[in-house]
Amino acid sequence: MNKKSILSVAAAILFAVVGLTGCGDESAAKTDDKAPVEFLNVSYDPTRELYVEFNKSFAEYWKNKTGQEVNFAQSHGGSGKQGRSVIEGLDADVVTLALAYDIDEISQAGLIHKDWQKNFKDNASPYTSTIVLLVRKGNPKNIKDWDDLVRSDVSIVTPNPKTSGGARWNYLAAWAYASEKFGGDESQIKAFMAKLFHNVKVLDSGARGATTSFVQREQGDVLIAWENEAFLSLVESPDQFEIVVPSISILAEPPVAIVDEVVDKKGTRELAKAYLDFLYTKEGQEIAAKNFYRPRDPEIAEKYKDKFPTLKLVTIDGAFGGWAKAQADHFADGGSFDQIYTDK
Amino acid sequence: MQENKYVKYTLIGISVVFLTLMLIIPLLVVIVEALSKGFAVYFKAILDPFALKAMNLTLIATVVAVVCNTVFGLCAAWLLTKYSFKGKNILSSLIDLPFAISPVIAGLVFVMTFGRISYLNDFLTANNLKIVFATPGIILATIFVTFPFVTRELIPLMHAQGKDEEEAATMMGASGFTIFRKVTLPNIKWGLIYGVVLCTARAMGEFGAVSVVSGHIRGKTNTLPLHIEILYNEYNFTAAFAVASILVIFAILILIVRNIVEWKNEKEA
Amino acid sequence: MAKVTRVIPGFRFTMGFTLFYLTLIVLIPLASLILKGGGIGFGKFLQTVLDPRVLHSYLVSFGCAFFAAIINSIFGIILAWVLVRYEFSCKKIIDGLIDLPFALPTAVAGIALTSLYSENGWIGRFFYAIGIESSFSLVGITIALIFIGIPFVTRNIQPILKDLDTQYEEASMMLGANRWTTFRRVIFPEILPSLLTGFGLAFARGVGEYGSVVFIAGNTPMKTEIAPLMIMSKLEQYDYYGATAIALVLLILSFLILFSINLIQWRMSRLKGI
Repeated sequence: MNKKSILSVAAAILFAVVGLTGCGDESAAKTDDKAPVEFLNVSYDPTRELYVEFNKSFAEYWKNKTGQEVNFAQSHGGSGKQGRSVIEGLDADVVTLALAYDIDEISQAGLIHKDWQKNFKDNASPYTSTIVLLVRKGNPKNIKDWDDLVRSDVSIVTPNPKTSGGARWNYLAAWAYASEKFGGDESQIKAFMAKLFHNVKVLDSGARGATTSFVQREQGDVLIAWENEAFLSLVESPDQFEIVVPSISILAEPPVAIVDEVVDKKGTRELAKAYLDFLYTKEGQEIAAKNFYRPRDPEIAEKYKDKFPTLKLVTIDGAFGGWAKAQADHFADGGSFDQIYTDK
Repeated sequence: MQENKYVKYTLIGISVVFLTLMLIIPLLVVIVEALSKGFAVYFKAILDPFALKAMNLTLIATVVAVVCNTVFGLCAAWLLTKYSFKGKNILSSLIDLPFAISPVIAGLVFVMTFGRISYLNDFLTANNLKIVFATPGIILATIFVTFPFVTRELIPLMHAQGKDEEEAATMMGASGFTIFRKVTLPNIKWGLIYGVVLCTARAMGEFGAVSVVSGHIRGKTNTLPLHIEILYNEYNFTAAFAVASILVIFAILILIVRNIVEWKNEKEA
Repeated sequence: MAKVTRVIPGFRFTMGFTLFYLTLIVLIPLASLILKGGGIGFGKFLQTVLDPRVLHSYLVSFGCAFFAAIINSIFGIILAWVLVRYEFSCKKIIDGLIDLPFALPTAVAGIALTSLYSENGWIGRFFYAIGIESSFSLVGITIALIFIGIPFVTRNIQPILKDLDTQYEEASMMLGANRWTTFRRVIFPEILPSLLTGFGLAFARGVGEYGSVVFIAGNTPMKTEIAPLMIMSKLEQYDYYGATAIALVLLILSFLILFSINLIQWRMSRLKGI
């Protein structure tokens, strides 16, 4: 009898599984039969809403133009992790990541041509963003600029630049401010950064985690965030937060590229090229702007100019000598970020 | 066996308080959050096509992993408790090894073995085999993280029982498989069921390792835990907790089945 | 000697299958990890794994995992005892709940625990009221590790306790020993091997845990940064070698813990004469 009861458990589980698997397969079959071309865009976390909308518009445009239907798949995660997945064999047709550094790494692994940044205009970044400060409603700590973040009564939430690509922009934006304030005196800049990070209460591993700590857990007085993330928080929880635009920030340029090795294997180069080109069209730019990214196209930018305040922006190439150098100076082991925590 | 009433109720009290703080309230949070916007939103979240596909993938990975690891677990526990041989300690510790490995590394291990940067890559691409960033990789990662569960449950139990009965059966001329079926299995069945339950639960909930080998392609290589992460990162908290509650419900279902069997068995005895 | 101990048939089959499966699933993949990580060179390896931040993260991971495993051992014995020896309403429910930490994805557990134990959470506000920071601190990490480790000890002891013959206890009581002495001298030695296994597993699992901890840890370098997070941050910089090096250190340390626990266990069962 003992044996029987064990068997019956096994049978019960098996039936349950077979039943459920069966249901799942049916729905899977339905989507599969209208999918002549599979197309995978590997991106980073906050662009999910943007590309859902963009894929819809592009699919329509592409169908009108060529009659071909495309089955879009999206993959999102931390920018560095996504870059690594592509290097390790995730078959992405295009990558749309947070930092040029991540695409450079993919390029170094041999999947993308090394001049990728010249293949599309504006440094291959069709939309931009910047780093702003998000504070609680009414700005109780009276935070106006980066200067206020080093005050001893302010507590900050920002993701960890070591684990989050987005957070590197945050770090460099603060650095750019200090650099201007102290006229480039490195020891004073470092002291400023150390003071700032001394006030950091939670150093989440990713940008979305940091936003959640600030918004949901009510940690800290100020969140250093991408402008598009800050806007999204205002939409998600209306009347609880305010955006503070600092006097100076960095021009964040999330780049895009075709993954040559994959498109050549799959024969999707033309599609991939058209996909990324579409980002630069009026329609693509408008979708980016609606999803809180700053458009490059002057006409669309003019249309949305009330939404995106003008401020002084430094660029990664101008102020930090490009990503490779910025990475080595600040974020590699022993770089300026590590020094904050190890030099006491 | 008269037990002091005070001791009994104190111990029960401690258990209940501990479990309430550490387990029941966190689970309640999941349920409360899942239903915070009403049943309509809840069902919409769990019947979403992407959620169903994720569920499907999770079930496949779980079933394969549990079956493989149960067969292996029985074999290994038998080997380690019925015989003595050189290197037994090392073998036993090697079986535990997957426990000692951070899930992140467990995933990375398979990426390095089967991914684009591995030595096997040329062979795999030539034969059009896709292991990581596809279902086989997810199954492998799940097997890996739940590897020792069944064995670990069985070893202490089989140890405590010794091997006198099996030896007696051998003397009487029974074959190995008959001994296992007639003598060992009835003795270890509770341990075995516990092991399978743990293995199943853990396989369904695995996040870290699977996250590395999955590639996060929505509707294709997302398991339920990964789908939850995606929803959470979309600020879709209610849906995230709704999908999480499915995992809780699955786990409870398995446990109910186990309890029914146990209860039936006691009645017969 | 060998002949006597291998009376029972099936040695070859079980040995063969165990080794085959172990090699396929665990050893080959691990070997390829070590092979890939081996290119780093010894000097660079030491430099990576002895970096002060990395050293501190081992301390955090092992320290918190140790405390969590101890707490789980104490409550695990009580839980197993209560569930096996006493009859009370809702016992079945409690028994069933114990496995749930496994089924819940670690990230969900992390999110739920953080929302509960943070300053404005249901439970956290009481902790903060008495001055304990129960989130974004070492206490928070330990709480997460207790949660994920609950089933190990309880589930390991339960079957043993169930099978334990009560006549020894009765004899001991009749000989005049009190409850506590009986537990200490008669029952405890019986459950000790499985207690150790449970402790070891909870400990090793805690050391490697990432998903649930990152939400509640705060991740401040030199304070609440756990070792698996260091691995992630190396990977984020495409530093496979560095990540593998730290992983290897964790692996060896955890393996040694499990190995010594196994050793103690086998020694004890040999003393008992089984």
